[in-house]
Amino acid sequence: MPDDNEILVSAADLRKKYGEHEAVRGVDFAIRRGEAFGFLGANGAGKSTTMRMIGCVSQPTGGTLEVFGRDPHTQGAEIRARLGVVPQDNTLDDMLTVFENLVVYARYFGIRKKEARAKAAELLDFVQLTSRAKDQVSDLSGGMQRRLAIARSLINDPELVILDEPTTGLDPQARHLVWERLFQLKHRGVSILLTTHYMDEAEQLCDRLVVMDEGRIIASGSPRELIDTHVTKEVVELRFGTAHTAELAALAHTLDGVGAQIEPLPDKILVYTDDADDTNAALEARDVHPTSVLARRATLEDVFLRLTGRALVEAES
Amino acid sequence: MSVIAYGAARAGLRNSGALLNRNWIAMRRAWILILSGAVESLLFLFAFGFGVGALVGDLTLPDGSTVSYTAYVAPAILANAAMMGVLAETSVNVFAKFKWMKVYDGILNTPLRPADVALGEVWWALIRGFTYIGAFVVVMGLFGLLDSWWALLAVPACVFIALAFAGIGLTLATLFRDWTDFDWMNAVVFAMFLFGGTFTPVESYPGFAQPIVYVMPLYHGIELVRGISLGQLGPMMLVHIAYLLALAVGGMWIAQRRLARALYK
Repeated sequence: MPDDNEILVSAADLRKKYGEHEAVRGVDFAIRRGEAFGFLGANGAGKSTTMRMIGCVSQPTGGTLEVFGRDPHTQGAEIRARLGVVPQDNTLDDMLTVFENLVVYARYFGIRKKEARAKAAELLDFVQLTSRAKDQVSDLSGGMQRRLAIARSLINDPELVILDEPTTGLDPQARHLVWERLFQLKHRGVSILLTTHYMDEAEQLCDRLVVMDEGRIIASGSPRELIDTHVTKEVVELRFGTAHTAELAALAHTLDGVGAQIEPLPDKILVYTDDADDTNAALEARDVHPTSVLARRATLEDVFLRLTGRALVEAES
Repeated sequence: MSVIAYGAARAGLRNSGALLNRNWIAMRRAWILILSGAVESLLFLFAFGFGVGALVGDLTLPDGSTVSYTAYVAPAILANAAMMGVLAETSVNVFAKFKWMKVYDGILNTPLRPADVALGEVWWALIRGFTYIGAFVVVMGLFGLLDSWWALLAVPACVFIALAFAGIGLTLATLFRDWTDFDWMNAVVFAMFLFGGTFTPVESYPGFAQPIVYVMPLYHGIELVRGISLGQLGPMMLVHIAYLLALAVGGMWIAQRRLARALYK
């Protein structure tokens, strides 16, 4: 019987060094059965490297790692037999059709042909690609390829599905389709491990997450806990016409006290506050008149900003 | 212990079989490519065996016996066919799957290990190689070039050639960085084809060149297949077989090590 408190993956002081560069610098975490666990961080934070180590395709250079209570170094093949992996670049087989991709992959897990075909048909239906079964992979859109990679990762009924940036590079509509399928998986009780640099993705999908920066874990908890612990309830965004970095930094100094903390960004000033109305009143009282004022709830993006002093996704516009 | 070994062998067969299945499904739409390789060897046979053979007539071998030139050249071209099919499959095609199409990157996340991938590619290359060899032997028979029943043993003898070049091809696929690297491989292969004892006995070369020929894997393959085809067996055949097997095992071992190093980053 599945035990809800069973630990699927545990790491202690896990490290990975490439030559002189240490990509993962001693991380500790434990992933329980049935939960959706996220690694949130900017590009190059060490998320993918950690995923590869859990997936038993990269050997740690320090610390300990156990997956399903086994040692990835000596029992990699047995562990991989119970994992489903969606790599960042899909790694679909371009020489095969959509349907063949699934059937051939099933055979790598020792699944018999008849069962493989039935399973492939069922999974194509799950990711809504049945009508594209006979197409070449290269004819699919990016979102469809990602959904096919997700279907492929489920071919062996994995106990844990690892998704490395499942929606990076997808348009908004394709992202929502992927999210919706991942929600379905969650409801079926499949344990999910994902990396992302989108805070909305982490907020929506993850029960628990860790924030990674420069190879280290700098915070962990549920999305709500992280927000409660590291930032205030609300954030007021102030814009001052065309005022930019230096001017905004100078302006920020004059705003001391209108909120719990003031954070100048290149294009706006963030005021962290427990009550946006109080902040607005304080601004009025000081005769500060921004060209635009936007009060909103604090998000994981704010948590990341507070912890690292940097934005999660480098200026996408 | 033997139970564990048996289990490991079964898993290895099942895993490499899964890769074989993948290659079969991927290639069954491109079977014409495989056929074209067999045609190439037959063209060589016609050009050299019958064209040149008509001019040369009979050839006196170092041991004093005489054979028709066509019967002399045909086994060498058969050995060459065994090499070409396997080498093309393991070197160029594996390189493409490995570095260009990244097929193994996806396979890596399954229970398959680099050794399973290497073994699966060898099985596949052998199958492809033997479609060439089979077609070739049938044509040799039709033209009366199979002098004795011994000649049928030439087919299993080609297994050793195919295995050796599967090992060499796999290793090259992991060593090569660029498509241009295949140019020098083709140059070496062509040199072996011309000077590995295909057209004339090695004894007719100048003394300094002979040791170079003895190192060539194709030379040992040609001697093996020719000896069997002409019904001239001898202890040297064991040396040829040992040399080819050593290349096969060494090549596969290096290849799976290099695949593991490159993929398990």
